[in-house]
Amino acid sequence: MEQGNDLSRRLDRKGVSRRDFLKFCTIVSGTMGLAPAFAPRIAEALANPRRPPVIYLSFAECTGCSEALLRSSYPWIDELVLDILSLEYHETLMAGAGAQVEAAKAAAVAKYPGKFICVVDGAIPTADKGIYGTIGGKTFLEIAGEVVPKSLATICMGTCASYGGLPAAAPNPTGAKGLKDALGADLKVPVVNIPGCPPNPINLVGTVVNYLLFGKLPDLDAKGRPLFAYGKTIHDQCPRRSHFENGEFVTEFGSKEARMGYCLYQMGCKGPETYNNCPTVKFNEGTSWPVQAGHPCIGCSEPNFWDALSPFYQAL
Amino acid sequence: MAQRIIVDPITRIEGHLRIEVEVANGKVSNAWSSSTLFRGLELILQGRDPRDAWLITQRACGVCTYVHGLSSVRCVDDAVHVTIPENARLIRNLLMGVQFLHDHLVHFYHLHALDWVDVVSALKADPAKASKIANQVSPAGNSGTSDFKAVQARLRKFVDSGQLGIFTNGYWGHPAYKLPPEVNLIATAHYLEALRQQARTARMHAVFGGKNPHVQSLVVGGVTCAADLNPDRISEFLYLHKETKAFVDNVYIPDLLAVAGFYKDWGAIGGTSNFLCYGEFPQQGKEPDSLFLPRGAIFKREVAKVQGVDVAKISEHVKHSWYEGDQAKNPAQGETRPAFTKMDTNDRYSWMKAPRYNGEPMEVGPLARVLVAYGKGHGPTKKAVDGVLKKLNIPVTALFSTLGRTAARAIETQIIADAMDGWIMELVENLKSGNDKTFTPYEMPEESTGVGLNDVPRGALGHWVEVKGKKIHNYQLVVPSTWNLGPRCGADKPGPVEQALIGTPIADPKRPLEILRTVHSFDPCIACGVHVIDPASNEVYKFRVS
Repeated sequence: MEQGNDLSRRLDRKGVSRRDFLKFCTIVSGTMGLAPAFAPRIAEALANPRRPPVIYLSFAECTGCSEALLRSSYPWIDELVLDILSLEYHETLMAGAGAQVEAAKAAAVAKYPGKFICVVDGAIPTADKGIYGTIGGKTFLEIAGEVVPKSLATICMGTCASYGGLPAAAPNPTGAKGLKDALGADLKVPVVNIPGCPPNPINLVGTVVNYLLFGKLPDLDAKGRPLFAYGKTIHDQCPRRSHFENGEFVTEFGSKEARMGYCLYQMGCKGPETYNNCPTVKFNEGTSWPVQAGHPCIGCSEPNFWDALSPFYQAL
Repeated sequence: MAQRIIVDPITRIEGHLRIEVEVANGKVSNAWSSSTLFRGLELILQGRDPRDAWLITQRACGVCTYVHGLSSVRCVDDAVHVTIPENARLIRNLLMGVQFLHDHLVHFYHLHALDWVDVVSALKADPAKASKIANQVSPAGNSGTSDFKAVQARLRKFVDSGQLGIFTNGYWGHPAYKLPPEVNLIATAHYLEALRQQARTARMHAVFGGKNPHVQSLVVGGVTCAADLNPDRISEFLYLHKETKAFVDNVYIPDLLAVAGFYKDWGAIGGTSNFLCYGEFPQQGKEPDSLFLPRGAIFKREVAKVQGVDVAKISEHVKHSWYEGDQAKNPAQGETRPAFTKMDTNDRYSWMKAPRYNGEPMEVGPLARVLVAYGKGHGPTKKAVDGVLKKLNIPVTALFSTLGRTAARAIETQIIADAMDGWIMELVENLKSGNDKTFTPYEMPEESTGVGLNDVPRGALGHWVEVKGKKIHNYQLVVPSTWNLGPRCGADKPGPVEQALIGTPIADPKRPLEILRTVHSFDPCIACGVHVIDPASNEVYKFRVS
């Protein structure tokens, strides 16, 4: 009770209503596969008056991953930025520019050595000494090498940062690599991959919460992905699964079968080979996900999916 | 004596951009725009299934998500000679409308507003006075004294924590900020409100597109969301649209007018001369024969003389870009390959090429669209533009400016939001009459070419495909930010943003806030803008336009 009141006061000071906050904590704990009893503990962890510092780096990307973060509704992005985290550097959102933001980034790294969470989106071009991507005159490769090893842990947001993604698709014109590949075996900092094109922001939030709650990163699969989000295939969680079992398939877009929501396997769905929680958490406040919109899954959270899982409209 | 200023990175944009200017006597006397990222999407597209192209090209940009997907399916629709059903056209237009609304809201509040709004000054505001001002300009909610007090308290708590996050090292207190503390508070409150509104607006994409960013319901031949064309989904879309429209009418437009009123001097800064748009929102039958926003080109600011557009007049130059060769003269001669030298504003200084129309740099985007529509007497545009000019008490010539560009973006947001109401009702009528077609089957030809011309939030966008052996032989994108932010051309003529920056007043060269104002008014999107154009890329004008 004592603890609860204190939490209310702190939430109040942050301008967040306790009810809304607990609602979001319950959704996050559900996504993470935790018992509902964890919700208050999540709330407690997130209400810490000292907001955990985050440095967000963007490399060879399309900004879709940052945009995905802006769509976060559990919690809303304004709560993440103002009340929960201390976003020390993020190019798309920073008020300042040029030398001023470069100084802010350097100051944050110096102020929180080994204590900040680094989030990276975009691949890192490594061909020709990395000249295909620069910020402030430094290559992405140099910037990653300067910042990432000083982080507490680094989260790769999206398939490009995780595994190279689209820039690394054949013929990989810029020698693009995922962060871990680009920095090599010397990197001692733990790295978590949150792949997807873009990923669901709740999986990033869940990973951060896991750390704040348990003081460690979530359990990962062999591809560096949190098991709470990437533990099962799309196919195993698909609401259209019974149509697959019954042999009820869509064979042409716009057909009666398509209108009836039959299985998209024969249209090229990569759900059987793709690990992600899209069917259960869905996107944009749980509004929909690609299969619900009648389109086959393209396997966007799998390494090298642009080459390995295409052509996309051909059955597995 | 002239002084050089380099701003790298330019923040609050998509992608990686470096701006260098020369300042003499307190004004910008020369400027160079450099894109510092190269991914090579066209090379990745070669040899793939043409039906997959849209999924790849959509990843040209995640801020202007959807638009490269749409351009690509239109382009391949053209190559396979398919006419999509009415419902598919309406769904595609509605999703495009959503993209305009979302993109422009985020641009105004989250990418551009902090150039004009001093967040720290909002702490000094009197909330009661702010409430009074807010109620005078708009019927929007959340405008009571207690609302502004709450925002101010939240902001104070944030500042007092010492963890300033994204507001660290902003240009707070800069002499170029002109808003009174109360207007700064109102705008800051709306900055935060818009952070939630944009997520709600993007939800419309998820209703018929599965998710946002990167919608996944398009296919060559139509759309896939057949099962979502039901009363529940349409109501959901309508509700979200109504909510967005209310925000545009009651918050965005009043804020634009209120803020612009304090910055009328920016109606004479940051202008360019030539404008190009392909037009958008096909209203019937085969795309793009009928367009809600018209196609046209304007030279030397002669708005009354809108000319037709001939894509054969487009060329791309590489003299100042990091590619082999000198000038896009004859496309058949030689390949264009990436060839980084060094950052040298006297020589080569960008991964972007320099597109020119009839040899001239052309501004694309909201201002180009609004000027072309205005010049062609487009009813809704004329009414909206005249209304804004009257309210701000500024002449038509003030449109050729940073202020005009920002105002045009808001004006077209409202025009498109209004038009979407009609498109939703058309869809409802079709479904009521039993027309539920969403896809037209087609055969992939052995060899073909296709073009997709669109106008997207940031401007004129063209995709070109050449199919051989049922595979992509060549694919090319000529995109808005390349037009606006590309470097000098073979004739050393500056690109639009380079031209626009000249004459910009600079109060404090160490804190170049004014540069951001003009650069941001173009809403740069750099990942989109950088493309390698290989043997095919220079062949824009060889493609057949059907």
